[in-house]
Amino acid sequence: MTRRKPTATLLWGGTLATLLALTALAAPLLAPYDPAEQLDPPAGLYRPPGTVLAAVHLAGGGWRLADRVRRTPEGLEIERLGTVETLSGREVANLTARGVADRRVFLLGSDKFGRDLASRMLYGTRVSLAVGLLSVALSLSLGVLVGSAAAMGGRGADFLIMRGVDALMAFPFLFLMMALAAFFHPGPALIVTMLGATSWMQISRLIRAEILGLQNREFIVAARSLGQTPFAILWRHLLPNAYTPAVIRAALLIADMILIESSLSFLGLGLQPPIPSWGNMIAEGQEVLLQGWWVATFPGAALALTILAFNLLADGLRDTFDPRTATLPRL
Amino acid sequence: MAGFLLRRLAASLLLLLLVVSFLFFLVRRMPGDPTNFGESSRLTATQRHHLRELYGLDRPVGAQYLGWISSVALRFDWGTSLSQQRPVSAALLDAFPATALLAAAGLAVEYTLALLLGIAAARRPGSGLDHAIRVGGLLFYSLPIFWLGLMAVLLFSYVFRLLPSSHMVSVDFDTLGPAGRFLDVCRHLLLPALVMGLGMAGGTARYVRSRMIEVLSQDYIRTARAKGLSERRVLWVHALRNAAVPIVQLFSLMLPLLLSGAVLIEVVFSWPGLGLLTFNAIQARDYPLILGTTSFSATLVILGNLGGDLLHAWLDPTMRSEAP
Repeated sequence: MTRRKPTATLLWGGTLATLLALTALAAPLLAPYDPAEQLDPPAGLYRPPGTVLAAVHLAGGGWRLADRVRRTPEGLEIERLGTVETLSGREVANLTARGVADRRVFLLGSDKFGRDLASRMLYGTRVSLAVGLLSVALSLSLGVLVGSAAAMGGRGADFLIMRGVDALMAFPFLFLMMALAAFFHPGPALIVTMLGATSWMQISRLIRAEILGLQNREFIVAARSLGQTPFAILWRHLLPNAYTPAVIRAALLIADMILIESSLSFLGLGLQPPIPSWGNMIAEGQEVLLQGWWVATFPGAALALTILAFNLLADGLRDTFDPRTATLPRL
Repeated sequence: MAGFLLRRLAASLLLLLLVVSFLFFLVRRMPGDPTNFGESSRLTATQRHHLRELYGLDRPVGAQYLGWISSVALRFDWGTSLSQQRPVSAALLDAFPATALLAAAGLAVEYTLALLLGIAAARRPGSGLDHAIRVGGLLFYSLPIFWLGLMAVLLFSYVFRLLPSSHMVSVDFDTLGPAGRFLDVCRHLLLPALVMGLGMAGGTARYVRSRMIEVLSQDYIRTARAKGLSERRVLWVHALRNAAVPIVQLFSLMLPLLLSGAVLIEVVFSWPGLGLLTFNAIQARDYPLILGTTSFSATLVILGNLGGDLLHAWLDPTMRSEAP
């Protein structure tokens, strides 16, 4: 890629994407609680954003989440689920002079099992980014492989491969994926493979077109007359000069892949709970849209922000490095 | 031209056969057995055997395939839905108009917004308005459509109680007169169609903008302006006609997006179309219905692509000589 002054879009997209990547990496440090933690489901479920509860650790094991605790000389009076219970000092493991030592702050509310939504969302960043980046890496590899094979393999191979690519591009993969996902309850590996294996076609076309355009350039002719093998020419001379449009297309794909994964998960056909995918969190929120608006709202906002970040990044990359090509809406 | 048409038609039919066959074997090779799931798991071995015979599951897969594909192709007979206990074709035909209505309304919203905003932005590239439209377009293009739908329900149905949150008609639909029925469907259609249109308009507006900027920089536009034509006429007649070719092409590329968007919107709004039918069939593991809805939707996508190609060939004669 030739060096150019980055556009504002690229700066914004790059900054946001970097922040998201850092969030994903640092999720265990940033998350206030374990995303699977269910201390006291009956008392902790569907708490609105900003709820602060006292966490009473029982000496016999287990926890109680209380709206209020009052320290009495004998022990503790806790207000939980609308009733007041009295616990003696010996029953409470984390008793202090003024109450209990632990508390739970549901910054963005809690879900149907009383899990902290903010913690689950932070781990969800990992899921979305990992799915997006891994499936695009697969897609880019396949696209480069097929595109190079078509461009280097002679006219017959080129014709056959590109007709195959045309057919695949018209293939309605989403319905195939839905049918597949309906029966296999796919795990993360299968989802990434499905996404990568169905999205490389445009990349292969771009790579092929760029390589064919370079074939008769002087430095390639020179390399050939020096007796370099076709593979060496491809690897050292052609690909380094051909990858720009493909990489820009791949950057656009990241947002698409994240969106498709979350859509499948929303339909219950993607990643299955308890994996904290934003898509299945939104699906859980749909069931309680009225009573627990936060369950769908916040993960969706995070998803939108992530997709926006990668769209900005891809847009900025294109404006900066390859201004010729126009935007095509995602498929 | 005839050669081009035949080649495209043959390629589409071949692809269709491939997709449908692939789906058939995929669904048949799935783990589990429809006669051994949910309610059916309490059946005795004899009852199960009868059921398998009734649904033809006891025959070899090859024979099942030939029987299925010939009855689909010759009689539009897709078998019997297990969960609805009626022909799959009846369920498909019931659901199709609802999806068509939703898609048409969504497209109307999308293209109205996209053309207005795209052209407004293209008139003064680099202006504040252009910038706002580009950023806003990217923002809306990035919103997951199912989340946008949920937020719309939350706001307009639950908080402000303006519009119904789900289904296509009210419970008292049958008691309404013709005008009342029409208004009732319109009220139910408004929210899903707006969400669908808004969700898709961002990308299309950006596309219209870039095509229009390309066209507006050409010499014949300068000529049209120099002739003293009104700016409105230059934009909406001279420029748009030439920008229309790629926009029409985009339309056929949008079909898979439209149908997959419809699945999500229909699930959010309980809209009784193909998408909700597919979703419910998957939930119920209704093999014949899953096979029916997925291959029917795939067929629509392939036919849409074919239609788009033919329309494009008709609009742009240079296309016709190219390979299929």
